[in-house]
Amino acid sequence: MGAPGAEAAERTEPEGDGFVGRSLKRKEDPRLIMGRATFTDDLVLPGMLYAAIVRSPEAHARITSIDTSAAREHPGVEAVFTGEDVDVAAPCPMVWVPPGVEMRVPEHWPLARDKVGYVGQAVAVVVGRDKYGVVDAAAQVVVDYDPLPVVTDPEKALEDGAPIIHEEFGTNKVFEWSLPGGDVEAAFRDSDVVVEKRVVNHRTAGAAIEPRSVLAEWREGKLTLWSATQIPHICRVILSIQLGLSEDKIRVVAPEVGGGFGSKLQVYGEEVLACWLARKLGKPVKWTASRSEEMSTTHHGRDQIDYIRIGAKQDGTVTGIHAKIIQDCGSYHLIEGPVIPTFSACVMGGVYDFPAIQTDIVGVFTNKFTTDAIRGAGRPEATHMIELTMDELAAKLEMDPLELRRKNFITEFPSPRPHGFTYDSGDYHRTLDRCVEMLDLDAFRREQAELRERGVYRGVGFSTYVEICGLGPSRALGPDGWGMQGGYFESAQVRVHPTGSVTAYTGTSPHGQGHETGFAQIVADRLGVTPDVVEVIHGDTNTGPFGKNTYGSRSLAVGGEAIARAAEKVQDKAKRIVAHKLEAAPEDIEVSDGSFQVRGSPDKAMTLADVAGEAYIPADLPEGMEAGLDELCFYDPSNFVWPFGAHACVTEVDAETGRVDVVRYIAVDDCGPAINPLLIDGQIHGGIVHAVGQVLYEQVAYDEDGQLMTSTFVDYALPSAADVPSFETDRTETPSPTNTLGVKGVGEAATIACSPAVVASVIDALRPLGVTEIDMPLTPIRVWQAIQEGGAS
Amino acid sequence: MSTTVHVQATVNGQPREGDVEARTLLVHWLRDHLGLTGTHVGCDTSTCGACTVHLNGDAVKSCTVLAAQVDGAEVTTIEGIGQEGALHPLQQSFWEEHGLQCGYCTPGMIMAAAELLDRNPEPSEHDIREALAGNLCRCTGYHNIVKAVQAAAQASPTKEEVTV
Repeated sequence: MGAPGAEAAERTEPEGDGFVGRSLKRKEDPRLIMGRATFTDDLVLPGMLYAAIVRSPEAHARITSIDTSAAREHPGVEAVFTGEDVDVAAPCPMVWVPPGVEMRVPEHWPLARDKVGYVGQAVAVVVGRDKYGVVDAAAQVVVDYDPLPVVTDPEKALEDGAPIIHEEFGTNKVFEWSLPGGDVEAAFRDSDVVVEKRVVNHRTAGAAIEPRSVLAEWREGKLTLWSATQIPHICRVILSIQLGLSEDKIRVVAPEVGGGFGSKLQVYGEEVLACWLARKLGKPVKWTASRSEEMSTTHHGRDQIDYIRIGAKQDGTVTGIHAKIIQDCGSYHLIEGPVIPTFSACVMGGVYDFPAIQTDIVGVFTNKFTTDAIRGAGRPEATHMIELTMDELAAKLEMDPLELRRKNFITEFPSPRPHGFTYDSGDYHRTLDRCVEMLDLDAFRREQAELRERGVYRGVGFSTYVEICGLGPSRALGPDGWGMQGGYFESAQVRVHPTGSVTAYTGTSPHGQGHETGFAQIVADRLGVTPDVVEVIHGDTNTGPFGKNTYGSRSLAVGGEAIARAAEKVQDKAKRIVAHKLEAAPEDIEVSDGSFQVRGSPDKAMTLADVAGEAYIPADLPEGMEAGLDELCFYDPSNFVWPFGAHACVTEVDAETGRVDVVRYIAVDDCGPAINPLLIDGQIHGGIVHAVGQVLYEQVAYDEDGQLMTSTFVDYALPSAADVPSFETDRTETPSPTNTLGVKGVGEAATIACSPAVVASVIDALRPLGVTEIDMPLTPIRVWQAIQEGGAS
Repeated sequence: MSTTVHVQATVNGQPREGDVEARTLLVHWLRDHLGLTGTHVGCDTSTCGACTVHLNGDAVKSCTVLAAQVDGAEVTTIEGIGQEGALHPLQQSFWEEHGLQCGYCTPGMIMAAAELLDRNPEPSEHDIREALAGNLCRCTGYHNIVKAVQAAAQASPTKEEVTV
């Protein structure tokens, strides 16, 4: 049943002298565990000022006056500015410009001008010498608002007569976009069964534990911004546009960054504002978000209403899938929010061989904050609606839901899909089989039946998923393709120093993933050294080449491949030097046992240090060879990569209270060959809990007046250690043909997989009580209500 | 307008003192006045635990303790429990077990876990999960944090000395 080349991952350490594939502990950790790491808010500069921001308590209002006089008089305050003062060159650019699509982009400035569209919108900034004092002074800024009608429900916002948020457009519709593939309507006509479903995928927060923080300095005509960002290089480009300052005058540094999950894949108004203030005042300016600012003005994710239809023949063969997605965009865009639901379209159809696939998307303005990329970014929404609908289809056909899945799995790879993508490699049966085996489904069903006799409701839910990552081929994503105004290559530079240690620069910008370790393993194997002498540098636009940073599970599949290729360029040059010195042919030189050896003559060898000595004292290099041992690579992939897997969740539901507990969770994922299994498992664990949080606890909730009801961690409930179990994980390794490492991505995989498994497990638990569907979040009250309604029906 | 108070405390074994605004939070005294930036702020509501330090041996959330309250007390932060070459067993086990990713919650998590192991040297998984419920981590899913605390409990030299 297995596809060629699909071997189950060895759980033991690999053989040989390579470092790739080993669970090395992280190079990053010593500074972090000792409290010696430097996060942005840890930085202090001479003469540094603090900024505090005055924010709108209104969701939709005209600003009629702002009185800053009392704040200006506050001790220690150096300046107060409002929207009109902040004369930046351009509003926030929105970088998705899909060809042939009318896209509505309201001007979004660092401080509001004339009106506000969401609670928390910045309207004024106070700058002063004392961290507490600027907050006191900000409270003394008096803003008069003339409230306007508010709309927070995206479906109501599309109705005739709804309050219009941006008068200049005359509509709350942001855009309409479609991705057709085959004739879905014909497919439904030819189906024996069509299941239709409305799925609400509610708004969530990235909720990195480190709040956003920025420190800007203007010195000698140059700007430096330290920012808790995932995207320092992209940030520099956008700062250049917004500030009207050339890139050579701007340095952006992402120091230690305390988690991102997409929420720091952004260029926020505060980043632009801090830079403008530092230049205006000639002094460094720092701003760090409070948690309430973080919850109200760090972009949210999800917030789709999905109408999905799946058609099938009586034997279970699927015929077509159609999704209409209503995406709540909030009232303004940041850099790319509207594109996020299109990533749902990329994986519409999931792991199943649908002959026809279509996704239609409508983006909508509401009086809420911006939605944009949060871990998974469109793909969790797709998996969620597909998997729950497949379960309903199975119920309607009276088929086992796993049999339905197996019947429809794609088995031939590469697999061109009707909507234009080509899945690179996969073995969906293998991951599901392993998942079912680890669960011991038969034993679970016996246990479930016994527990039901005693009034204990346990259920199991499955999710089989594929995701798109490794962003990505610039030709596909760029201006003439998907419409992104940027390239999605990644850069790397591998520099061997004169005595043989190595510095590798990556254009990616990690914030917890472990690139310093994983990338060092890749370089070490190619140069015959150990990872401890390979330093990986990232997150600073003044070091290394321009890069495209970290998001969309791209760092390894694009950035790691760039690192490997740059290291191989170094290796090629080193081989030529070794061949020249040892009087052998370059093709006979191999890297083995920590040196460059003549094949078959291990006594004839040079270490990397020996080679570096020759390269930097270039008295005897091959004819025409330049000095130095330092190589650059810009790698732009030919395709995306498509990780996949199967997850199973067992929950127990207290039918009296509606409380749901996750009892077991099994994840079998395939992200290609492992570079460092320890890091993969860590990403899977975190990804599961991120999604469990959405399913059971977390919701960014606004009331009908647009007031944010979840502005702290007291109201926005992240899962704690006490809320989740330990996890059972395994991997298969199906190499991707897209890159030489064969790797895919893993940062988002578990979040993309998890949510339908949890929801399905609750439905499975409560089926005896008549519950057949339930929307997230599965809070006790909602589950209890579903039980009452199920019992009544 | 603001009242200034004098604070004198033993921080990481060293006598430290200074004048602070009366409303100064302990976490800000540590970070902004004493330069001990290993203690982090994540939420402002005592929910996330990134600011956890030991106050006279008890784990407390330093975002809801005033600097003035620690006058005369002993305060221990992440910087005070281990150094390079002489890591605390929990620092070592968090490293070994991949109990951290971004590392922002880690100092608070380690300080909370250290207090648990002081109280309960052989905690069950349930004990560990309950004890750490006031410390949020968004990266690890807690799986390896639990393993790290278990490993540190195993490695602890005090284990044999304790009668259960």
